[in-house]
Amino acid sequence: MTGPAIVAVDVTRTYQLDGVSVEALRGVSLTVAADDYLAIVGTSGSGKSTLMHLLGALDRPTSGTLLIGGRDVSTLSPAEMARLRNETIGFVFQSFHLLARTTARDNVALPLVYRGVGRRERRARAAEMLTRVGLGHRLDHRPNQMSGGEQQRVAIARALVTGPSVLLADEPTGNLDSATGDSVLALLESLNADGVAVVLVTHDRDVAARAHRQIVMRDGLIVDTSAVAATPSAEAEATSPAEGAE
Amino acid sequence: MRLAEAWRVAVDALRANRLRSVLTMLGVIIGVGAVVALVSIGTGTKHLIEQQVEGLGSNLLIVVPGRLDPGAAPTSSPLTMDDVDAVTRVVGDRSRVAVTISSGETIRAGSRSAFASMQGVLETTPSVFVRHLDRGTYLTRTDVTTGRRVAVLGAGIARQLFGDRDPIGRQITIGGVRFRVIGTFEQLGQSLGVDRDSEVHIPVTAAQRLLGTDRIDGLAIRAPDRDTIDQLGASVVATLVKRHPDTDFSAVTQEQILGVLGDILGVLTGVLAAIAGISLLVGGVGVSNIMLVSVRERTKEIGLRKAVGARPRDIGIQFLLEAVLLTTIGGVLGMALGISAAVLVDRLTPVPAAITWWSLALAFGVSAAVGIIFGVIPAQRAGRLDPVVALRTE
Ligand SMILES: Nc1ncnc2c1ncn2[C@@H]1O[C@H](COP(=O)(O)OP(=O)(O)OP(=O)(O)O)[C@@H](O)[C@H]1O
Ligand SMILES: [Mg+2]
Repeated sequence: MTGPAIVAVDVTRTYQLDGVSVEALRGVSLTVAADDYLAIVGTSGSGKSTLMHLLGALDRPTSGTLLIGGRDVSTLSPAEMARLRNETIGFVFQSFHLLARTTARDNVALPLVYRGVGRRERRARAAEMLTRVGLGHRLDHRPNQMSGGEQQRVAIARALVTGPSVLLADEPTGNLDSATGDSVLALLESLNADGVAVVLVTHDRDVAARAHRQIVMRDGLIVDTSAVAATPSAEAEATSPAEGAE
Repeated sequence: MRLAEAWRVAVDALRANRLRSVLTMLGVIIGVGAVVALVSIGTGTKHLIEQQVEGLGSNLLIVVPGRLDPGAAPTSSPLTMDDVDAVTRVVGDRSRVAVTISSGETIRAGSRSAFASMQGVLETTPSVFVRHLDRGTYLTRTDVTTGRRVAVLGAGIARQLFGDRDPIGRQITIGGVRFRVIGTFEQLGQSLGVDRDSEVHIPVTAAQRLLGTDRIDGLAIRAPDRDTIDQLGASVVATLVKRHPDTDFSAVTQEQILGVLGDILGVLTGVLAAIAGISLLVGGVGVSNIMLVSVRERTKEIGLRKAVGARPRDIGIQFLLEAVLLTTIGGVLGMALGISAAVLVDRLTPVPAAITWWSLALAFGVSAAVGIIFGVIPAQRAGRLDPVVALRTE
């Protein structure tokens, strides 16, 4: 059995900017089921990226409860957060964030370094994952030698190489033409079919429509949900430990 | 694996900024180089002094009027040959007692002249000190008792006065008085800053007549063995004090001379090395500075590494390794520089240099420590960066 991948209850995130508080999230509750395929839409500045960072254990809520893989992030040390990111989450950034002087293969292998995987196995698994995203012929290319779509797929391969249970993608198709975007989405959907929870942020209605459900954000709040799983039962499930830790 | 990655990234980072890396290392290179060179020169000088003091002969006891006290005013000697006879009775063996009365004199031979340290001595000098003749013979007991005007020349003086000619049997004048050369010493070189090849030995009696005195400056005794040397020194001093109640006498052994000289040299070397160490410190600050720049430049990379699972420690170690690599490479280059400098000084100047393993090990250890100490703050800063904030920076 698997519980929900992520449970957020009344989560807020307030940034301090030169003494001024910016409330980017003002109380968000959300459950990401283990096989979810969820699209987050909303106006610019509504808090989508902020929420994604929280879901990806890159950041901590200012208040509220956030459980990732059954673990309450408020109880985790920075090192434990790092481990959670490494083992549970795959994050695809809007602007790729590939290491510039590093080959596609080594970029993809990077999370395995911090997983403690040996070099030979790292290279093999990175090559395998790149082949799976259709870049088997680009293993030794550096980011500046690849197209935007190729870079995006390298970023996806990197997110997937550790075999995460949740894939978070912040505007994965934002920089791509529709054909390339399509193939990226197809890739995400095939992963979802394999049992990986997928959460993506998008401005594109068509992209959002392909997800199993959507949430709409405005001013740091979720203002609309469609095809939403019942939150109370999900919360109840979340209290049981979902994964034997460590 | 993580350590290997940290190592690879650190090496890459240094390679990517070669010139900057080398410039940053410069402080460490100069600091380590100076420490290694100075310690080598200090050690070499110390060895040389030890050799030369030991070369004087073992179990040597030098008896001089006055206290052995740095800064004490030199005492004019009340010693006469009668005192030497009294000391000889205490020692019980004339061949173990040497005396000296010395004076700087101009020596002439024909049209040539040389400035020499004239030493009035007994025939026992070669058996008390270690002095080897190059040619001819040394003074005899008869020469001493009769005050015969014969002289044994140091190698330098012989060369200055006679060049390549054989000086044996030739005439020289000391203070206008004619002497006959009967022997020359083997070349010795410098000792404690004194050119020992410019000595001229003549019978003590002849020297006293020349200088118009019945005094001698001091005496030296070769003790039969090491165990009785202090006791012998005490009884010699006691004998002399009884004969000259107004004067202090000191008997010093070779070990004591070596000890004092070694201490002085040690302090000197230490002070110089400490000054060089300051350069190392300045180098360390430079490393710290450049590491902070490096962290700032690579903030985005740090953010990404953290986002995919690098712990604060993984990032910290990566930067610490980079700093340590900088300083240890600098340390190794500095050692090469220091060794080269020491070898050059040794070859091109009379100052000797001896490279010691401990000074190299110390230099390496210190440069690694400098890397750790000055790398810690930048490394910690890198390790603590918030991944989201780091990724957002450009
Ligand atoms: N580090 C920060 N410091 C201060 N304010 C911040 C910070 N990050 C985000 N914000 C603010 O929080 C709000 C939400 O930002 P967020 O990046 O989550 O928006 P978004 O929905 O992802 O927008 P977009 O669609 O343009 O990417 C914005 O008003 C933004 O200015
Ligand atoms: Mg955003």
